[in-house]
Amino acid sequence: MAVKSAGGGKYRKMSMSPKEYQAFAKSREPSRSIFGNCIRAFLVGGTICLLGQAIQQLFIHLAGMKPQEASNPTVAVLIILSVILTCAGVYDKIAQWAGAGSAVPVTGFANSMCSAALEHRSEGLVLGVGGNMFKLAGSVIVFGTVAAFFVGIAHLIFGTGGAH
Amino acid sequence: MLQGKQTWKFENRPVIIGAATVVGPDEGDGPLAADFDLVHPELDMQQKSWEKAERLLLEQASEFALNNAGIAKEQLQFYVGGDLMNQIISNSFAARTLGVPNIGVFGACSTSMESLALASLMVNSGAGQYVIAATCSHNCTAEKQFRYPTEYGSQKPPTAQYTVTGAGAAVVAASGEGPVVEYATIGKVVDLGIKDPFNMGAAMAPAAVDTIQAHFNDTGRTPKDYDLIVTGDLASVGHPLAKELLMRDGVPMDDTTFKDCGLMVYDVNRQKVQAGGSGCGCSAVVTYGHILKKVAKGELKRVLICATGALLSPLSFQQGESIPCIAHAVAISGGKE
Repeated sequence: MAVKSAGGGKYRKMSMSPKEYQAFAKSREPSRSIFGNCIRAFLVGGTICLLGQAIQQLFIHLAGMKPQEASNPTVAVLIILSVILTCAGVYDKIAQWAGAGSAVPVTGFANSMCSAALEHRSEGLVLGVGGNMFKLAGSVIVFGTVAAFFVGIAHLIFGTGGAH
Repeated sequence: MLQGKQTWKFENRPVIIGAATVVGPDEGDGPLAADFDLVHPELDMQQKSWEKAERLLLEQASEFALNNAGIAKEQLQFYVGGDLMNQIISNSFAARTLGVPNIGVFGACSTSMESLALASLMVNSGAGQYVIAATCSHNCTAEKQFRYPTEYGSQKPPTAQYTVTGAGAAVVAASGEGPVVEYATIGKVVDLGIKDPFNMGAAMAPAAVDTIQAHFNDTGRTPKDYDLIVTGDLASVGHPLAKELLMRDGVPMDDTTFKDCGLMVYDVNRQKVQAGGSGCGCSAVVTYGHILKKVAKGELKRVLICATGALLSPLSFQQGESIPCIAHAVAISGGKE
């Protein structure tokens, strides 16, 4: 096979260093509106909390529970609602609009577990659902526990904060 | 054969005698809906897993392509295919169904043109009379493997792209009626240090620029020689970057129509796809479904398809590596000159 050369080198090749290109690409990247995102997160997150408060009031007034007793069933109801919305394929669409607003409350935690369980159901109950359910939620638990440990130490040393 | 540094010239004029595309609901809702052979109304396609659904797409596209080409499965000699899944499983399972000697390839989203270039090379050199090039991607398998579970609520940035659910296949033959594959330019891996897996358009743009320039330099052609030049899946972030880079380097891209498959497959303003489409299926369904039909009709005389691929893995970006990218370009003409 003969190598034929045809009018080579007509266009000079890109002369940008990686650093220059990264700055070039960054300057043309569409921006994310932090302010708009904060507002939407506040609205959705606030609505979820308001809903939680309403559920708690229902438990207090209709089931005659004390406020402290009502908090656990309230969380359970919110988790079930989140799981239903996740299974119906709605929660991720809300999240695209709401951002942190739907990720931070307990419903977001439930969504992370439920979505992973659904996604990996095809790999079986043990390795699929069991092994992957905490794929995303796991780090929240790990760092939550570690943070709680250090807060506990601080509390022990300084004896401040919390109920005695 | 080899022309210039990295381009193959196909003197024996391999012909695409038949092609077919099968897509999912979002692509069926897009502006090119009428060009696809089959639109699935559901993402799961009544399969038990996303992976099975993706495989079904590839099997159907191959089958329809053979039908459109008017040849029997027994006449097909080789099947060159690939996809985005780990160990290119969709390709392997589809090849099992097809029962044809298989070469599995991986070039991320550039696999469409990588496989077409190889199939054309095989036909041109006489290694086969009928060779099929096929590739596929599925939105949910890609989300599952590269990002988060599909139903996980995380907000995607505007630079993110939406993986196309679809498969495209093309039968390349030594003779027959149809668009002719003239050249293939094989790209280099280019990495300018972009690390954000939610901004693959910006990562891939330099690879597309490198390959397009190499194509012009090797063939002596200019943008004016093409009615249409498309990039694979740079979308609304990467495509303008590629154009700006090309213009800066003195390539007159205004002499041609310069588009991107990721922006053609969806109505980016109406459909919620962030920056646009991506995936192996993106350039495959747009090229085999839409562009080839226009070439066959004579509406486009000569086109250059530059499929772009981000060669990252979930492991590599979690370890902080930047995204190596590649682009392969194939020149196709109406063949009636």
